[in-house]
Amino acid sequence: MTSPKTPRFDTLAVHAGARPDPATGARATPIYQTASYVFADTDHAAALFNMERAGHVYSRISNPTCAVLEERIAALEDGVGAIATASGQAALHLAIATLMGAGGHIVASRALYGGSHNLLDYTLPRFGIQTTFVDPRDLDAWRAAITPATRLLFGETLGNPGLDVLDIPRVAALAHDHGLPLLVDSTFTTPWLMQPFAHGADLVFHSATKFLSGHGVVIGGLLVDSGRFDWDRPDVRERFATLTQAYRGFHDMVFAEESTTAAFLLRARREGVRDFGACMAPFVAFQVLQGMETLPVRMARHVENTRAVVAFLREHPMVERVGYPELPDHPDHALAARLLPRGCGAVFTFDLRGTREHGRRFIEALRIFSHLANVGDAKSLVIHPASTTHFRMSADDLRRAGIGEGTLRLSVGLEDASDLTEDLSRALHAAGKA
Amino acid sequence: MRIFVGGHAAYAYTGARAHHAGLPAVVFVHGAGGDHSVWVLQSRYFAHHGRNLVALDLPGHGRSGGPALESVEAIAAWLEDICATLALERYALIGHSLGALAALAHAAAFPDRVTALALLGPAAPMTVSDALLEAAEHDSPRAAGLITGWSHSPARQLGGNPVPGMWMTGQGARLLERMRPGVLHADLRACHRYADALAAGAAVRCPALLLLGARDVMAPARTATALAEAIPAARTVTLPDAGHAMMAEQPDAVLDALRALLL
Repeated sequence: MTSPKTPRFDTLAVHAGARPDPATGARATPIYQTASYVFADTDHAAALFNMERAGHVYSRISNPTCAVLEERIAALEDGVGAIATASGQAALHLAIATLMGAGGHIVASRALYGGSHNLLDYTLPRFGIQTTFVDPRDLDAWRAAITPATRLLFGETLGNPGLDVLDIPRVAALAHDHGLPLLVDSTFTTPWLMQPFAHGADLVFHSATKFLSGHGVVIGGLLVDSGRFDWDRPDVRERFATLTQAYRGFHDMVFAEESTTAAFLLRARREGVRDFGACMAPFVAFQVLQGMETLPVRMARHVENTRAVVAFLREHPMVERVGYPELPDHPDHALAARLLPRGCGAVFTFDLRGTREHGRRFIEALRIFSHLANVGDAKSLVIHPASTTHFRMSADDLRRAGIGEGTLRLSVGLEDASDLTEDLSRALHAAGKA
Repeated sequence: MRIFVGGHAAYAYTGARAHHAGLPAVVFVHGAGGDHSVWVLQSRYFAHHGRNLVALDLPGHGRSGGPALESVEAIAAWLEDICATLALERYALIGHSLGALAALAHAAAFPDRVTALALLGPAAPMTVSDALLEAAEHDSPRAAGLITGWSHSPARQLGGNPVPGMWMTGQGARLLERMRPGVLHADLRACHRYADALAAGAAVRCPALLLLGARDVMAPARTATALAEAIPAARTVTLPDAGHAMMAEQPDAVLDALRALLL
């Protein structure tokens, strides 16, 4: 037999999960804008409800358009499956709620998106779930923070906004030594820049609003399971009772018995999506799919443009510091070269010399960069994290996350790089007059 | 369900249902590098439709302990031990690939016990390529890649899973990667060495179904022709576009074929 021919990444980005619509021949993935699905007969209905047959029942739980997107991200991440959610935050909540309830504990990097930090630090404690935040570069701190109640370790592939590179191989090894899974937010990198499962992560989630869709017109999230973590291993089985004990909410199903490799996703869909209801709409899934078809070519251009912008800013007298891991003075430069050989993405921060007034003049003088709270758009974006995305954090937490009063975050888009550097040059000149 | 056979723990999935006296039993036997979860949809259906379900993890696989069995005959004999331990006097037997060969051998040896026989993706002989045997012998990740690539039809390499949100080839690969050292090689060698399929087929006395995949590369449909002719009461169903991993690729078509045999 000849070696099997399996499709490669760029092909999967265009095709995975999709096929021409069998009813109409439509080549594009149809938007199945329906709440429900007709049963063939009463036995079929009962079999679908009881997971004896595959298919869709109600679009809160699954939907054919969303299923194409779920397969596509699972294929690109080399996972076993995925669940599309209403937002990236919904994906993070789904991951946590699937693994633990009151009494659970998380160890998380402190270099997180402000919304994730908020969920862990302020909101989940109200439901009995505590989080200990650690310096993502301090492996001893990760280790010391683990308690008998810990159920999950969590970090971002590239911390927001300082681009701390998570040492996934070492943090994953530490997690596994303690019988715990590692969840990573891979929004900034996408599977084109890094596949976290290849480095040992167990679960990945994305804000699909960002680079995956690339157009900044939808809100959505994706949660992917590697299928590698053995929830039923004798020494961890009791810890993950949601997956290894009979669930009264689904006919005493034991998810780890039902599926050797996808127990997590089964519970997440059959409980988390069903009961919490933070599902993705099929139209959103369709729009994210349009973006993902061009993910490889867009990410290459994002990185190319970012390198040009970083090189420009680094030489400018108004710029005090540029924080991009490809630069030799970034603390994670060597790690980034190992984990992110294709590049470190298109979001980074830099510090402007001067006061907050200089920053205000700079942002207001920009013409191509849009001043807004988002990243990963085809359009270039700018924001002042200390007063916006991370405003809830204390001064100490801001300092520890590498965010200063003069720190600005850029998300470099797909425009002509020369136009971007000219826009920045004009704005820096205006700031210099403050 | 956990039971002890031959000094080792063995696991059987029952669809989260207790067995009830008087209900007919159906026993599922997975193939090389698998476990009970490869046919969770089909097996669960029968557990909830009037059958006592026994979907096994073979020794050394999944939740079952002990070393992997080295031959088809040894697996067939182990099935006898399992059924005796569970006090199953008569039962339907369903096997896939290596499990199909073991089910065939068991049905030939115990014609008075097996009420119906379903062989999914069988072949006589079931030749395994040198490249795959060598990769499995060294527990190389390449073995999982070869099996995953060959087991799924070309169309399914791009997905389109009937189970929403699941990436079929990823699940297949991940299950194979979980095999303990030496287990996959023992399974494949057992397939490769089994030479008695046609004789066993002639000894089968119950109704039999051969369920074949038209796009099966691991066990091409043509390699089951002689076996179909050897079994006295055999019916052959070929699933269009299906590869060797037919339970994942076409779960409903597989279930419907089994229902036609068993219900």
